[in-house]
Amino acid sequence: MNTPANLKYAASHEWARLEADGTVTIGITDHAQEALGDIVFLELPAVGRVVKAGEECAVVESVKAASDIYSPVSGEVVEANQAAVDAPESVNADAYAAWLFRIKPAAADQCATELGGLLGADAYAATL
Amino acid sequence: MPQRTPLYPSHLAAGAKMVDFAGWDMPIHYGSQIEEHHAVRRDAGMFDVSHMCALDLVGADATRWLRRLLANDVAKLAVPGKALYSCMLNESGGVIDDLIVYFFTPENYRIVVNAGTAEKDIAWMRAQLAGFTAELTQRREGPDALAMIAVQGPNAREKFWTAFPAARAATQALGVFQAAEWEGWLVARTGYTGEDGFEIALPAAAAGTAWQKLLDAGIRPCGLGARDTLRLEAGMNLYGQDMDEEITPYEAGLRWTVDMKDAARDFIGKSALVTRQPRNQFQGLLLLDRGVLRAHQKVITPLGTGETTSGSFSPSLNQSIALARLPEGIAPGSEVDVEIRDKRLKARVVKPSFVRNGTPLL
Repeated sequence: MNTPANLKYAASHEWARLEADGTVTIGITDHAQEALGDIVFLELPAVGRVVKAGEECAVVESVKAASDIYSPVSGEVVEANQAAVDAPESVNADAYAAWLFRIKPAAADQCATELGGLLGADAYAATL
Repeated sequence: MPQRTPLYPSHLAAGAKMVDFAGWDMPIHYGSQIEEHHAVRRDAGMFDVSHMCALDLVGADATRWLRRLLANDVAKLAVPGKALYSCMLNESGGVIDDLIVYFFTPENYRIVVNAGTAEKDIAWMRAQLAGFTAELTQRREGPDALAMIAVQGPNAREKFWTAFPAARAATQALGVFQAAEWEGWLVARTGYTGEDGFEIALPAAAAGTAWQKLLDAGIRPCGLGARDTLRLEAGMNLYGQDMDEEITPYEAGLRWTVDMKDAARDFIGKSALVTRQPRNQFQGLLLLDRGVLRAHQKVITPLGTGETTSGSFSPSLNQSIALARLPEGIAPGSEVDVEIRDKRLKARVVKPSFVRNGTPLL
């Protein structure tokens, strides 16, 4: 299973990447897309929505099932990936390229704590 | 520990993702459910359906007993090999199972029932055999076990004959819902996909070799995932989901399978069907908004609420569809709302048959 070393992982199978501008990009892991099977629909949070870490804020639907996606960090949604909405199968093709949404953290130190609470690649891979 | 069909090693060899289905370890897909779906609509795919249970019925009273047991009437079967789809009802008119019965002679039939209900079905059938001279033998386990492979799709029969050229003569002229025996195999022109094809019952020991020959002929292995979206598009009921013992055939869109023509025939559940008022009707839904319909979502109509019984994304229509039980009076063409999570999405009521023989019907 593909788990890039530069990402942080939630036990609920989201990945998070801290960008240079301080925002956090979020997607689902390769394991999650594999388990879901053919993905056919994404429901992403509205830009401007404020979410807390652990809050349910997106839905990924495959032919088989619907799966809730939780934000691993707190903050404001600043972007949702419309290209992924238009081509949900891109998440199956590359779950790390087809990100879902981007969060601008409310406070950098809180964000650092939240990211610090996530799993590293090896620790996440060990849970699979 | 789930049970395994004779084709279990073939599934692993083909890279299947296996899941527990009704106590059986079955392939859900071999990579992509959607590609498998398209293979059946456009070319040829095959399914291991050995988890379903074949039963042989032999005896002087076989016909008389089936006319009592089933809501459809086996008396209309005159040609050897002819098959009939029927519900088996309880005294209240609820569906114990849906099944296919093949006629060979008035004293010899084959019945195929669903995997998850087989034990319940057999217990019910045996209880109903009292007073009849007939014997029922299961063919799913033991030395006489059968494997069953469904080959489905516009090119399925042609590719089956490529794999087994000697079978062509015996099976080429088969009409729909008609079976023939070939070299100890029962080859039936039936299926659960809305496409042409065969369902083949063969000795378990021959299954692995047969599967490989079908693979070599270019038939794509397909899992239960594609089987579900194919049957949903074809508007075919799934037992346990779209109907159960609380639902009558009239509420499951299966009025055509209840044969009331012979007034003298008293089948189990008949009196209940005559008196029991259907609470709702069976329709299809086409989702107009973006999203995916699933089973057990609430449908809001001007005449009251209904419920989806099966729902998924339709790979052929590239849109979500569902089967639903709706209040009487809601006709195809109406628009209704479906509650999905905290939203209400628009759907159109349509006849519960979305795709047949590769062609969208909407």
